Amino acid sequence: MTSAITPLNVLERRNIAVDIHKVSHHFDLFGTSLPVLDTIDLAVAPGEFVALLGPSGCGKSTLLRLIAGLDRPATGDIRADNRLVTAPDRSRILAFQDPTLFPWRTVWWNVATGLEAQGTLERHRKRVDDALALVRLSEFATAYPHQLSGGMAQRVALARALVNDPKLLLLDEPFGKLDSFTRMGMQSELLALWLQQAFTAILVTHDIEEALLLASRVIVLSDRPARILHELTIDLDYPRRRDDPAIINLRREIAGELGLEPADAPNIQKRAVS
Amino acid sequence: MSDLTQIIEAGKLQDRASPWPLWTTGFLAACAWGLGAIVTIAFPDVVPWGATQLFATLIGAGAAILLVLSFVVQRLGAGGRLIVHYGPWLIALGLWFTFWEISTAKLGWLPKPFFSPPQGLLNVYVVDWQRLLLCIAYTLRLWAIGFGSGIVVGYVIGVALGWSRGVSYWGMPVLKLIGPVPATAWIPCTFFFFPTTFAASCFIVALASGIPVAILTASGVGAVNRSYYDVGRILGASNWYLIRNIAVPAALPHVFVGLFMGLYYSFAVLVVAEMLGAKYGLGWYIQFQTAYSAYANVYAALLIMAFLCASIVRLLFAVRDRLLGWQKGFI
Repeated sequence: MTSAITPLNVLERRNIAVDIHKVSHHFDLFGTSLPVLDTIDLAVAPGEFVALLGPSGCGKSTLLRLIAGLDRPATGDIRADNRLVTAPDRSRILAFQDPTLFPWRTVWWNVATGLEAQGTLERHRKRVDDALALVRLSEFATAYPHQLSGGMAQRVALARALVNDPKLLLLDEPFGKLDSFTRMGMQSELLALWLQQAFTAILVTHDIEEALLLASRVIVLSDRPARILHELTIDLDYPRRRDDPAIINLRREIAGELGLEPADAPNIQKRAVS
Repeated sequence: MSDLTQIIEAGKLQDRASPWPLWTTGFLAACAWGLGAIVTIAFPDVVPWGATQLFATLIGAGAAILLVLSFVVQRLGAGGRLIVHYGPWLIALGLWFTFWEISTAKLGWLPKPFFSPPQGLLNVYVVDWQRLLLCIAYTLRLWAIGFGSGIVVGYVIGVALGWSRGVSYWGMPVLKLIGPVPATAWIPCTFFFFPTTFAASCFIVALASGIPVAILTASGVGAVNRSYYDVGRILGASNWYLIRNIAVPAALPHVFVGLFMGLYYSFAVLVVAEMLGAKYGLGWYIQFQTAYSAYANVYAALLIMAFLCASIVRLLFAVRDRLLGWQKGFI
């Protein structure tokens, strides 16, 4: 179903597996310990598109930061490509909820940051141009971030991630702050990129529809501390339609799971993960 | 309604009819400057100051130029618009010259030697210009070396303080302690530590300009949005890359505040720094002339210092606008 399983991609190793093993985490706030993740067990296959769905502030972003290697989990361990994650690595790129572009750098230099930091920019200048072309922002190469709209800034952030040719792309509610038109456009762009580039993707979102349109598997998380409530494999062809009855049914089911539709409350017991 | 259109039409016709529209403000400025020239030349000075004739000629010429400008300024493009912008100031300046002239030279309300009319200052420049030029050169040399080394060292210390917890733990209390001490209080130590009095003077100026730069740079680097570092680390940046390409540019707006403060402090201590056995320099000149109660010379030197400082501030603004162009619409 996805291009990830074509032989070419297996040869090129364009994607990696992620194993999250009994990961728990907490924050220290004013001397008290605030648990955010509760024994998360999750295996993501190479080339899979997994959506982590849960209420705001449930700890989804924390999980992404742990996978990226920005922070270490309090207990449990995370493996990427069978290697323990201890620090950030350019094969695992995290795109934040805010574009977080460097305001003092032009669009081109924002995208070039990763290559420059790794000292390979001179050899790969064309990749920066290609990445900008990929998100259709070539004409804005010399613009500064303050001259961009929210959607354009988010696309630059996406190009800045993709230029590093990530084997794992971690997306932290990347479209959460965009208007609905821009968001829809960005979702199809992301989908096209994933189908084309075949990286492994983990998307954090609190938008049920977004998860269902993009992901091959949806993980439903509880409120803080986050536990895995439920897993759904979405076996539907891309591109998916918002008004597909299957999508609508799944959306209702997940909303019930999250306690958003009390009528479906009995479902929770029935479908709870063992 | 038709009346209104008629008036507008008439106005348009008038515009077309007169190719030399009058700039009223400029005309009034010309009058004010002319008044100053007439007052200067028509009444005798209570005591001789010298250069009265010259001053009258100069502001008379100014009045003539303003008179011409008040007819042609609209045709001068950008330069003309700048002159128009400062029109009210030009009027005020003419009136100020007139009032200054009357209150000092003509009526003696503000007497010699404590006050000086404009021709008194002009006379200083006419008589003493060679020595003043030498003093300017000496002062600029001291200032450039002191300020230059001060801001470089202050900047490096500031980045280290803002970046490293260890440096900040040991350095910040020390900086906070010596920060408020006036740079001049270090004079006894500097005499002991530095081989020449010139080096000691440079150190005083460097200290005055370096401390605000260090403090502001440290706070700027410390205040950088943490997520910029996260993005940098995600993209595989080393610590050195994070400092050079994220901490430093992100802190630049703060650094410039420090530079402006350092610039003013450095000028304030110049006079004192030139007490340390200097042979020339504007600060030395001011003290030397004060000792002889030659206040006209003191004012003349002060005026030069003010212009120097203002020019350097202007230059620094130009540098800032160039380096911080990305800030437009961001802050």
